[in-house]
Amino acid sequence: MKVTIDGVEIEVEPGTTIMNAARKVGGDIVPPAMCYYTSLPGSGGKCRACLVKVAQGSTADPRPMPKLVASCCTNVQEGMVVQNITSPEVLETRKGIVEFLLINHPLDCPVCDQAGECDLQNFAFDHGRQQTRYDFERRTFDVINIGEDIKLHMTRCILCYRCTMVADQLTDGREHGILWRGDKSEISTYIQKAVENDFSGNMIDVCPVGALTDKHFRFRNRVWFLNPMDSHRDCKKCSGKVVLWMRGNEVYRITGRKDQYNELKEFICNDCRFENYDVKNWIIEGPREIANESVINSNHYEHGTKALPKELFSKINNEKWENV
Amino acid sequence: MGKKILLEHIDKPGIKSYEVYRQNGGYNSVEKALKEMKPSDIVEEVKKSGLRGRGGAGFPAGMKWSFIDKKSGNPRYLVCNADESEPGTFKDRYLMEFIPHLLIEGMITSSIALESNLGFIYIRGEYKWIKKILEQAISEARAAGWLGHNILGTGYSLELVVHPGAGAYICGEETALLESLEGKRGNPRIKPPFPAVKGLYGNPTVVNNVETIATVPWIINNGGDAYAKIGIGRSTGTKLISACGNINKPGVYEIELGLPVEEFLNSDEYCGGVHNGKMLKAVVAGGSSVPILPAELFLKTKKGESRLMSYESLSDGGFESGTMLGSGGFIVYDEDQCIVRNTWNFSRFYHHESCGQCSPCREGTGWMEKVLHNLESGHGKMSDIDLLWDIQKKIDGNTICPLGDAAAWPVASAIRHFREEFEWHIEYTHEAQKRNYGLLKSTKEFFAASVV
Ligand SMILES: Cc1cc2nc3c(=O)[nH]c(=O)nc-3n(C[C@H](O)[C@H](O)[C@H](O)COP(=O)(O)O)c2cc1C
Ligand code: SF4
Ligand code: SF4
Ligand code: SF4
Ligand code: FES
Repeated sequence: MKVTIDGVEIEVEPGTTIMNAARKVGGDIVPPAMCYYTSLPGSGGKCRACLVKVAQGSTADPRPMPKLVASCCTNVQEGMVVQNITSPEVLETRKGIVEFLLINHPLDCPVCDQAGECDLQNFAFDHGRQQTRYDFERRTFDVINIGEDIKLHMTRCILCYRCTMVADQLTDGREHGILWRGDKSEISTYIQKAVENDFSGNMIDVCPVGALTDKHFRFRNRVWFLNPMDSHRDCKKCSGKVVLWMRGNEVYRITGRKDQYNELKEFICNDCRFENYDVKNWIIEGPREIANESVINSNHYEHGTKALPKELFSKINNEKWENV
Repeated sequence: MGKKILLEHIDKPGIKSYEVYRQNGGYNSVEKALKEMKPSDIVEEVKKSGLRGRGGAGFPAGMKWSFIDKKSGNPRYLVCNADESEPGTFKDRYLMEFIPHLLIEGMITSSIALESNLGFIYIRGEYKWIKKILEQAISEARAAGWLGHNILGTGYSLELVVHPGAGAYICGEETALLESLEGKRGNPRIKPPFPAVKGLYGNPTVVNNVETIATVPWIINNGGDAYAKIGIGRSTGTKLISACGNINKPGVYEIELGLPVEEFLNSDEYCGGVHNGKMLKAVVAGGSSVPILPAELFLKTKKGESRLMSYESLSDGGFESGTMLGSGGFIVYDEDQCIVRNTWNFSRFYHHESCGQCSPCREGTGWMEKVLHNLESGHGKMSDIDLLWDIQKKIDGNTICPLGDAAAWPVASAIRHFREEFEWHIEYTHEAQKRNYGLLKSTKEFFAASVV
């Protein structure tokens, strides 16, 4: 199927969403996603950050679609013409979406662990307005512990539902995930049940903001001072492929491997994530290119060999590494 | 007297009971549908009738039925939307409470048309006592052989279940309703797929309003063509209107579509005029979600034609100068009512009822309510009017389900038509706390001109 997005023509399989078609092209024409997550079926459609204009529905029915559509859950049609950054209407609406997401958001980035790798921060930087027009009290919640490893700052949550979908996939029982409704909605502590699961830590990785944080890492360092290292170990529960976030030879935190859209392709188990802070347990493959540039991390990650302690070199036998 | 289809027998003593209902021709359509017609014939008759969904959107019922996937061989369901929670709308309640067998008869014939063996009536949780009435009617119908196994010896079987909601307006949105019926959180689904393809438990499902379904027996008995002759143009048949506000005779009325709005408002057969001899200020013609119109635009279209109670005439002029028939919740405001306060009140409702799934509606409805509350309580700024306009515009059309639009439209129309009243509220804060603005200048001019 042929589709045109912002003037770029591309051929994709039937059943591809506009979002994924745009991702095939890459670059600026990819709509921002705050809720869609490739490996979580059922995600998407909620944040409305990815709204685009369909200027021509298809070759068969060339009429434009009457409303903007969510690119993450609208399939392409043969001959569809989509406008993303070329549509002023889309950009204006997106500005509105940022504003909506921020009116009840604390914006406490200086004390937020997510800062530097936060989708909301990036989204607001790219599309937001300078000043808020909201002069009412913001919604707040108490910070709660969910399980031994995770802390929930509900105040920062943008209700993307991703973590509840992780929880859904982890437990056999049905998880409601969200309590109450409207702007009083909150992540339910039902997910406590899922939190006991071996893969619960992935909720931290899928969270686009600093609402779900790793209790072992909280306030210990800024992500842009750390060296992300692709590493692996033999693990019976998961692939064992992780990123170690290091400073010197100390491992500050362990996450899954995120792609340029900040998504994990493989979920990792809690043993790998929370139980193996000793660098000796890992085979280090080499520094990880952080493809997802963000406001704060740009030029901050210290790539390369120099920053790495000598004693680690013995373990490294990776081509990529040798070429550095 | 206009034609009565749904309320023809409403005044017969005891019509609530099976015996009296049956004596007045009740359940004849079931016999006809099972013995003389094929399911596809029924669908055809409903198509011919031009019957449009009475839940608000006005989608042609026959067409919706013909979309249902019968090929997959999966079970099909008919779900009756009896969640009626739109402020100003109370017509379904009247039907179900006073002539419950009409809905049951409609459920049976519609299920026959859809070849469905299990139907649900999802009823608003607050209508607890009506649930009992419907369950009583179902057990009477079953005892008389109209429900259950092998109905009338034709081999067709049908069961009906009444299921109560738990007090959420959003569960009236058809896909949220299905989620709720499945026992989940009542969040609207992302469409497509539409319920006709993937509805309840992933199976083909038709969701129709109470009034829509209750009309089907008449169409089967009298034919689609006969129905199409009633009404006007593409607004065929009759419609229940629940009238409330500052009128002499609030209540539920069955009107033939095409009735002039002026007649509906002023004749003694219907609303009986604005009460206490007051002047008409504004009307919300189809439930809280539809745009509010000042008297002059309500009575006459922009082109100067008299408005009629029909889908087309009420929406004449689009949102610039028209409104919608919606669900038939007819709310009348006299000269003493405050539009700012009314708009705040509506926005409070939508804020409270948003499911919170998508960001524009979750955050925008609360924001609008807060700004409107400021305006109403004398803390508004002039810039708030444009801010409200901008917020509603950012919600409208950008959400998962139409609740977002429904929250935006009352605010948009109030500002569009009553801007001078909003400005007065802000400029004369103290006075606005003591008295109401009264009629718009344009309304006064309109009435002055029509007296001459
Ligand atoms: C927020 C919201 C609330 C709704 N509430 C109701 C309702 O209470 N009753 C109803 O019949 N339709 C309601 N609807 C419309 C339904 O989604 C659906 O269109 C209707 O039940 C279809 O029936 P019809 O075609 O017979 O009108 C609502 C829609 C929305 C968006
Ligand atoms: S979640 Fe993102 S935007 Fe919010 S405080 Fe943390 S870093 Fe800042
Ligand atoms: S806690 Fe994070 S992942 Fe979960 S809904 Fe909120 S923002 Fe999304
Ligand atoms: S528009 Fe409002 S009610 Fe509808 S899905 Fe979005 S948040 Fe929920
Ligand atoms: S990414 Fe498409 S709506 Fe959130």
